[in-house]
Amino acid sequence: MEAIDETTTPLQGRRPLNVIYEWITTVDHKKIGLMYIVYALIFLVIAGFEAILMRIQLAVPNNHFVSPQVFNQLFTMHGTTMVFFMGMPILFGVGNYLVPLMIGARDMAFPRLNAFSFWISAFAGLLLYFSYFGASGLYAAGSAPDVGWFAYAPLTSKAFSLGHSTDYWTLAVFLSGIGSIGTALNIVTTIVSMRCKGMKMSRMPLLVWLSLVMSGLVFVAVSPLTAAQIMLTLDRYLGAHFFDTQAGGSAVLWMHFFWIFGHPEVYVLVLPAFAFVNEIVPVFSRKAMFGYPAMVAASVAIGFISLSVWAHHMFTIGMGPAGNTFFVFATMVISVPTGIKIFNWLATIWGGKVIFAVPMIFCTGFLFQFLVAGLTGIMLSAAPFNWQLSGSYFVVAHFHYVLVGSIIFALFGAFYYWYPKVTGKMMSETLGKWHFWLFAIGFHLTFDFMHIPGLLGMPRRIYTYEAGRGWDTLNFIVGIGAIFQAAGTLVFVYNMVRSYYKGKDAGHDPWDAWTLEWSVPSPPPAYNFAIEPTVNSRRPLWDIKHPEDPDADYE
Amino acid sequence: MTTTASRIPIDGPIETPWTLPYRGNIGMACLILAESAIFIIFVVAYIYYIGKSLSGPTPAQILELPIFGTICLLSSSITVHLAVSALRKNNLRACTLNLAGTVLLGAIFLITTAREWYHLIHDEGLTIKTNLFGTTYYSLVGLHATHVVIGLIMLSLTLAFSLTGRVHEEHSEKLEVLSLYWHFVDAVWVVVFLVVYVIGR
Amino acid sequence: MSLFGKYPTANSSESKCKSARPLCALTYTLPLIASTAFAQTPTNIFDPAGTPAHDIFGLSMLVLSITLSIFLIVGGLLLYAVIRFRHRPTDTDREPAQIYGSNQIELSWTVIPILIVVTLFLTTTRVILGTEAIPKPASAMDVTVIGHQFWWEYRYPKLGVVTANELHVPISDPATPTPTYLTMSSADVSHSFWVPRLAGKMDVIPNRVNIMWIDPQKTGLYLGQCAQYCGTQHAKMLLRVYAQSPEDFAAWINQQKQLAQQDFSGNPAATEGQTVFMHNACINCHTISGTVATGRFGPDLTHLASRDTIASGPIPNTPENLRKWIDDPNSMKPGSLMPAMHLNDHDLDVITAYLTQLH
Repeated sequence: MEAIDETTTPLQGRRPLNVIYEWITTVDHKKIGLMYIVYALIFLVIAGFEAILMRIQLAVPNNHFVSPQVFNQLFTMHGTTMVFFMGMPILFGVGNYLVPLMIGARDMAFPRLNAFSFWISAFAGLLLYFSYFGASGLYAAGSAPDVGWFAYAPLTSKAFSLGHSTDYWTLAVFLSGIGSIGTALNIVTTIVSMRCKGMKMSRMPLLVWLSLVMSGLVFVAVSPLTAAQIMLTLDRYLGAHFFDTQAGGSAVLWMHFFWIFGHPEVYVLVLPAFAFVNEIVPVFSRKAMFGYPAMVAASVAIGFISLSVWAHHMFTIGMGPAGNTFFVFATMVISVPTGIKIFNWLATIWGGKVIFAVPMIFCTGFLFQFLVAGLTGIMLSAAPFNWQLSGSYFVVAHFHYVLVGSIIFALFGAFYYWYPKVTGKMMSETLGKWHFWLFAIGFHLTFDFMHIPGLLGMPRRIYTYEAGRGWDTLNFIVGIGAIFQAAGTLVFVYNMVRSYYKGKDAGHDPWDAWTLEWSVPSPPPAYNFAIEPTVNSRRPLWDIKHPEDPDADYE
Repeated sequence: MTTTASRIPIDGPIETPWTLPYRGNIGMACLILAESAIFIIFVVAYIYYIGKSLSGPTPAQILELPIFGTICLLSSSITVHLAVSALRKNNLRACTLNLAGTVLLGAIFLITTAREWYHLIHDEGLTIKTNLFGTTYYSLVGLHATHVVIGLIMLSLTLAFSLTGRVHEEHSEKLEVLSLYWHFVDAVWVVVFLVVYVIGR
Repeated sequence: MSLFGKYPTANSSESKCKSARPLCALTYTLPLIASTAFAQTPTNIFDPAGTPAHDIFGLSMLVLSITLSIFLIVGGLLLYAVIRFRHRPTDTDREPAQIYGSNQIELSWTVIPILIVVTLFLTTTRVILGTEAIPKPASAMDVTVIGHQFWWEYRYPKLGVVTANELHVPISDPATPTPTYLTMSSADVSHSFWVPRLAGKMDVIPNRVNIMWIDPQKTGLYLGQCAQYCGTQHAKMLLRVYAQSPEDFAAWINQQKQLAQQDFSGNPAATEGQTVFMHNACINCHTISGTVATGRFGPDLTHLASRDTIASGPIPNTPENLRKWIDDPNSMKPGSLMPAMHLNDHDLDVITAYLTQLH
């Protein structure tokens, strides 16, 4: 009966040109996912290098390591790269790879759109980095954008930003936005229209739910940014006056449009991190997720509420008591479903038998760090407190606690968890632990201490600072942490490469997990599933492994 | 020694027939959602800047209701709907005729817009640079017109396929997806019409 | 088939680290807090010297205590969970009890956060209204603040004074408050006025007027800087607020109201410097009241010598620095919008001699 061909073409027999051609023209969601991931990791290293340059410049007051012009380009490029060319692609890449496998589908709904979205995003990243070579060339950092990743008007108008730095920012981010909308469209359609038999919405893995919510957010979040960028380009090239304050235009309008994008964007980035934790924590606690319906409801609620909180980035612009109060309320409200998620994770671990393999170690780090990040977020949501903290290093520390301490940690966990599925090999646990501890020590040295200069009055986006304000030693310590994080990242990359050749064979299901992707070989064949699965519960493989006590009896 | 297929769960009670929505419709709905968000931002900018121009012609002074163009565009929604229903019933001739009607009506709409813009630029001196009204008017109406052009290109291609006999009943789902886009474009025009030509004046 | 042979179980080194965590956490959180609370730095937000900063300080202490409690409770539970429920090598292969949820527990941890949110929200609203929605006292002094790339312009409309980069205000006695109301806008891009010990920041935006107030209660110099990225020299757009006794403030106003000194008999260098200045492009950007210099693009120089710093704070106001600045501003503040004036050495000497006489 099993007339299914499990042989794969041996790599050695194929010419390099054929391999390259195959990857460039592929529409297979797994290959596209991997391309997204590799591309994002390259940008992670580049943007991380930009961060290290900044930390060297800030290690002592009135330093001359880089000029102010170069520093301003560094923080703009670091932020823009990490958000648009590292965060979004890597999360789309992992989603691309996993969503069809988790719902029992053979590919995404629109494979060619998938490929198009990847290649346009890839081009956008190259375009952004080409800016370093424009105008005065690499040494003077060329025309690289220097307007901050949020590019406030009217600094970006032709009058105040001569040259093309703003245009590189606008065009690169615009193109990546098109790629994002394309991928989000694909994810939503795949989830709605291509689930296997029996997989009702209420039986989907939480990662799939979160991908759905995240993609929905992309539609209503990225579009306002796209619109604002069209307006900015019309201002700069056709003499329009959208943000031209000399002609009666409004600088605040850009802020509203940007943050209507910017706030849901950070949820777009963090929801996949939640997704990874949702999959990893139950497996390594050996228990079902506590409160699946509440987790779904909380995720959807977070998605909706996140559309109403944007002006908490604008508490200092003088909205007046009514505006300020509304956004304080909305922001504080969003902490409720977010807290619920933390409690549900806690309850999943409670009473379990926790196995601290490397994926779980990273998720444990996530849980503590996300708790702290959420709490500093609550501090920032109190508008008067925000009037002191906004625009300072306290905010920088807060959002890096979310982006690095939560998202990157969850992402590292996801890598160690799903690497065996993608490559068929296990990653080294020892190297994984080295990676974790180096990175965690570096993370805390940098971002714990970074809160304090903010409390002591240090604004962000400054290329240097005055001595005697109490910021000196703290900035130095922050820089040391960066070096540890770099070391941890290098260990990680080494682990991935080495394990590909020397790792232990993983088999189908090394972690004894319960979702559909663990039922296919590692790596999965091009067609994913030989036979379309049928599921009866949220954990189909648990039911197979525990026929005496299937999930279907309980939920 | 278990093999691949038997690890995949395949047994289970047979539920009611497992049908999921057509992916073309879902995909188009997503696109419409994203495009609506873009249009809403341009509409918000338009409304925000009403009355804030520092100089230059105002809407009340120079805008006239584009009744004829609007009727044509909204009728084209009817014709494209008829084309889809015709195709579902395998009435290929009616489908082709209705598609042609849609393209024609859409093109007339574009021509009326072009003539309006010519008048505004040459006779009234309103360009995108003139003042806030010029900026927001041309960008909003222009963005809509761009979407009309894209729709017309797709519809013309479909018309060409239809004329050469390549469109059949099994393509009706796909034609419906295109018609959804066209209905969206018309709905946006209703909003633009109300905001720019009714409220804004 | 046991799966636990496949990867390592929690080993002793991990459990040691994890049980040491609370100690690690404590030993370095407390000094962090202490160093912040007691640091005598000039821009510490937890060292308020005026009512707005003080009100914010009160709110922030409440917020910090709530969040710290949540951290200790939830963090503590998490820590307990990862230690207590570790898989031990002596465990059997049986999976633990699968618990899918509990309505009562989930309800309680929804309701309690909602109550916390309501408390926080009400307290926050009270402080917002207390800062932004109070009526302006008749005794308030008005200053118009205009942000420029990369300096601050101050105008005292009712007192007839225009100056730059150093804001002088009278101290305010809590019994009979005399706050200073700052009416702020920008001449170019967005900036932000932030003097942490006096008040929260308020953005300074073109084509928009924002109003904030300060009321320092002790004399002294309060420092801050621009807090909204505004271009190349955002980092050096510093703020200096001099809170003075009413007498000192009145004396300062009197001095600043005077037209510029024009008679430099006995100082030939200054006299010549004045002539050179008035015949150069300087007059297109700078104002020296009572002369032909009426430019508004750069700071008012009428009483330049009365200021402690130049270039909006980072450079002490000494003749050497002033000369160097005029020679080539970009060598001291790269990206400054003042061009190098390409003056020869002699002209530089005499102009410096002139400007240093403008008290």
